[in-house]
Amino acid sequence: MLRLLSFALFLAIWWIAALLVGGAKLPSPPSVLQVMIAEASSGALFLHLGATLARVALAFTLAMSLGSAIGYLMGRVKLADRLGDPWLILLLNLPALVVIVLAYIWAGLTEAAAIAAIAINKLPTAIVTLREGTRALDRSLDEMASVFAMPRWRAFRHVVLPQLAPYIAASARSGLSLVWKIVLVAELLGRPNGVGFEIGVAFQLFDTPRLLAYSLTFAAVVLVIETVLVQPFEARANRWRPRAA
Amino acid sequence: MRLEVEITGKTFRSAAGGTHEVLAPVKFALQSGEVGVLIGPSGCGKSTMLRIILGLDHDFAGRIARPPEARIGMVFQEPRLLPWRSVEQNVRLAAPDVADAKLAELFKILELEAHRDHYPGELSLGLARRVALARAFAVEPDILVLDEPLASLDDALAGRLRDEIATLVASRPVMTLLVTHSLDDAVRLGDRLFFLSPRPARIVAEVPIGIPRDIRGEAEIAAIKAGLAQRTQGDRTERDVS
Repeated sequence: MLRLLSFALFLAIWWIAALLVGGAKLPSPPSVLQVMIAEASSGALFLHLGATLARVALAFTLAMSLGSAIGYLMGRVKLADRLGDPWLILLLNLPALVVIVLAYIWAGLTEAAAIAAIAINKLPTAIVTLREGTRALDRSLDEMASVFAMPRWRAFRHVVLPQLAPYIAASARSGLSLVWKIVLVAELLGRPNGVGFEIGVAFQLFDTPRLLAYSLTFAAVVLVIETVLVQPFEARANRWRPRAA
Repeated sequence: MRLEVEITGKTFRSAAGGTHEVLAPVKFALQSGEVGVLIGPSGCGKSTMLRIILGLDHDFAGRIARPPEARIGMVFQEPRLLPWRSVEQNVRLAAPDVADAKLAELFKILELEAHRDHYPGELSLGLARRVALARAFAVEPDILVLDEPLASLDDALAGRLRDEIATLVASRPVMTLLVTHSLDDAVRLGDRLFFLSPRPARIVAEVPIGIPRDIRGEAEIAAIKAGLAQRTQGDRTERDVS
């Protein structure tokens, strides 16, 4: 209920601002909606949205699985931590734009280059979060698993993974928001489709309604994915914790 | 089945760089069906000794001989349950082959039936200890290790749990190693008592108890304790003279 109210407030502010500034700079909500409907009925909206989502899904999965594995290794093995740390600091501080431009130069304006560039941007934060999580693992439970001769996989699944779950959820959440931002830049710079590409076109034509139509649809999709996928996963991972009063 | 412990020494390097001797040479053996009790002041190195015996700590001098196929059931000082798994899941994860009937019987003896689906965070310490006991017994261990399983429980509850441990130990052939600082627990549960010195721990005295556990009444227990008190008194006067 409160969420709806806050959404209505957002619309109201937007509408008032549109009336004050004028339609050329900030089109009113109905005119943006009109463009949305037009783009949706031609199918272009879904095509571009689908392309972007596919890139997000691929890059996100790649970065999360690789980052989690490397982070776990660095948290467990001191040598891996020593070796990987300088690379990690370099990657963490490398601007997203540099990675994207270099990827396009080295691998051409290809799908693989775009996805790799997005994944590389997300990778270091996943590593850092999972490394912290691994360092915080409870050794006494490891000992328990070893005394009771639990097979490795069972111990990993029931002893280690539940301890890492909050870290994985946190890394997924922050990673997803990072990927949402970077994917548009990658598309703008070197892809012939996707929301980022459309925004680039709208920018060149100064077509504000189109720009808003695409970015707002995109934002709505992000919101839905966050509430439908990420938040339930977080809640599930923390189910066993006694509820705060 | 036989457990042989022969530790010739264990040192511990502190963060400041100094080395501390935790264990002096310690040697003892335990047979199947026996309850051995390690008694000593807190901080004397009992837990370190247990970690070595359980194979959690390999950094020591000496050797531990235990059959490699021996199943170990352990009750740690803190219950060490998985907070994100229910009581029943905690037991089943350690003992995947346990039969439903066996599990039901264990839960009945330990009065845990009502708590099967609870998470450890919702249990009191006494209940969590019982879950840890259920887990240790569910694996049908060949070696059962109990590290202060009754510490910080009130006397009535400790007494009941002690009886439950005695019942469970009697129900199957198992070699039990109990660590405690309570002489009462030791005399009631043990077949052989090993008295440990303060750090670095060594065995000061090894006392077998001849009377079988099930016919050990209050009178016998008092007599054993009196005998032990005399003995330690004797030790003390000897030491005073020297």
